[in-house]
Amino acid sequence: MTRGSHLRGKAAFVGAATFGCGEAPGYTAIEIAAEAGRLAIADAGLKPQDIDGLFICLPADFLSGMTIAEHLGIHPKMTNNSRTGGSAFLTHAEWAMLALDAGLIDYALICYGSNQRTGAGKLVSAQMPSPFEVPYRPNNPVASYALAASRHMYQYGTTSEQLASVAVAARQWANLNPEAFRRGPLSIEDVLATRLVADPLHVADCCLVTDGGAAVVMTRADRAKDLPKTPVSLLGAASATWHMEISQLADVTVSAAQESGQRAYAQAGYGPADIDVVNLYDAFSINTIMFLEDLGFCAKGEGGPFVASGAISPGGSLPVNTNGGGLSFCHPGMYGLYTMVESIRQLRGEAGDRQIAGAKLALAHGNGGTLSSQATCVLGLLETI
Amino acid sequence: MSQPPPTATYFQNLANGKFMIQRSPSTGEWVFYPRMIAPRTGAVDLEWVEPSGLGTVYATSVKRMKPPAADVNLAIVELDEGPRMMTHVQSIPPEEVAIGMRVRAQIVDGPDDGKIVVFVPENAA
Repeated sequence: MTRGSHLRGKAAFVGAATFGCGEAPGYTAIEIAAEAGRLAIADAGLKPQDIDGLFICLPADFLSGMTIAEHLGIHPKMTNNSRTGGSAFLTHAEWAMLALDAGLIDYALICYGSNQRTGAGKLVSAQMPSPFEVPYRPNNPVASYALAASRHMYQYGTTSEQLASVAVAARQWANLNPEAFRRGPLSIEDVLATRLVADPLHVADCCLVTDGGAAVVMTRADRAKDLPKTPVSLLGAASATWHMEISQLADVTVSAAQESGQRAYAQAGYGPADIDVVNLYDAFSINTIMFLEDLGFCAKGEGGPFVASGAISPGGSLPVNTNGGGLSFCHPGMYGLYTMVESIRQLRGEAGDRQIAGAKLALAHGNGGTLSSQATCVLGLLETI
Repeated sequence: MSQPPPTATYFQNLANGKFMIQRSPSTGEWVFYPRMIAPRTGAVDLEWVEPSGLGTVYATSVKRMKPPAADVNLAIVELDEGPRMMTHVQSIPPEEVAIGMRVRAQIVDGPDDGKIVVFVPENAA
């Protein structure tokens, strides 16, 4: 019996790397992206000149595709600058899968870098402000996620303590990851004692502002088996966009992750019950709750009790954001690529103290804008094809 | 025929003291924010109509400011006609604004040059 679509398992991740997570003083964003790219290419046992498909999205450089190609000294056949915010890198994987399958390219590099912490000192956003939002001076992006959280609390009885438990779980994972920027004890009371930024979200409900870069290399399954590292197959990849401004989302407690997830699962031939480890874009604590619901790990409205039960913490039934996530590991403006890097590390068995024993299937999920662009990838070891 | 510039028309109406939004007579669809095309039906016969000005708070937050600046309410209000808009609910403490609260529109000076629509509780003076 065949599972899923004809695309499942046709492409594989063969290289993955991070660089400068936390603080990388003195480096430009392109230098951080280039170094992450160099490390991922080396991890794949390749040379920069092997890369003929290049995918990047930097907030501060509209033409970053050309900048990074020149910096790496490569001449890609395909340069993709697709920009959907923090989900961009998962959409890059989707497009790389198609281009590889079509034979248009042989080796794809997806990379990202930011120096927003030591360079700008705050979140660098490429989002065009809406003329219908600007006069109200929303402290975006947090304001939009706070509005969604307020509605989630109203409709389902979700509490501030449940939101805080997301940040606590992320910190517990970060404490197992020597690369994480923010480590140390964190309790629900600690989270609730931090300053409110946009009710109901506190500082500790919000992702970090850090530097950092990440990169992955993809190729076709036939080439992947000749390379040094255990290939991680891309079994399904799908994206969905429903809106841009939060006021335009039909039900702000339901994101397009519901749709991207369903299509990615259908392509992969697996469902949420099969997934061993989840890495999703936790820009704010409400994201984890909403995406776990939208991606089918619990029913809509049950995300609060689910996360508060300890299910997503170390030792729980569903490991979520095992690197510590954007809340405690690293958040260099756009975090999406790290969801794939951490999934690859878990499936390769490279995750050290935070390793999920026997992990075979991982789900990576990216979010862009204000819950606006959603992209889901299902990754698995060769035996899952 | 294409629409007159939607964004500019909206703010010009506010400058003239009128809160107007778009509506398609052929489909009955009300549209906010103003656009070239109705987003669900695709209708282009959009006319500018004054809504009732009444609505319900759909979502609410408080933008916490560094003292001495005052905290500010930020809300999404669902107009009785259907569309939703980002706005402020004013005249009560920002954290007392609640989802489900009935509100009505007022035109006030915005932080830039133009006028903006804010809301107050429906029964406020």
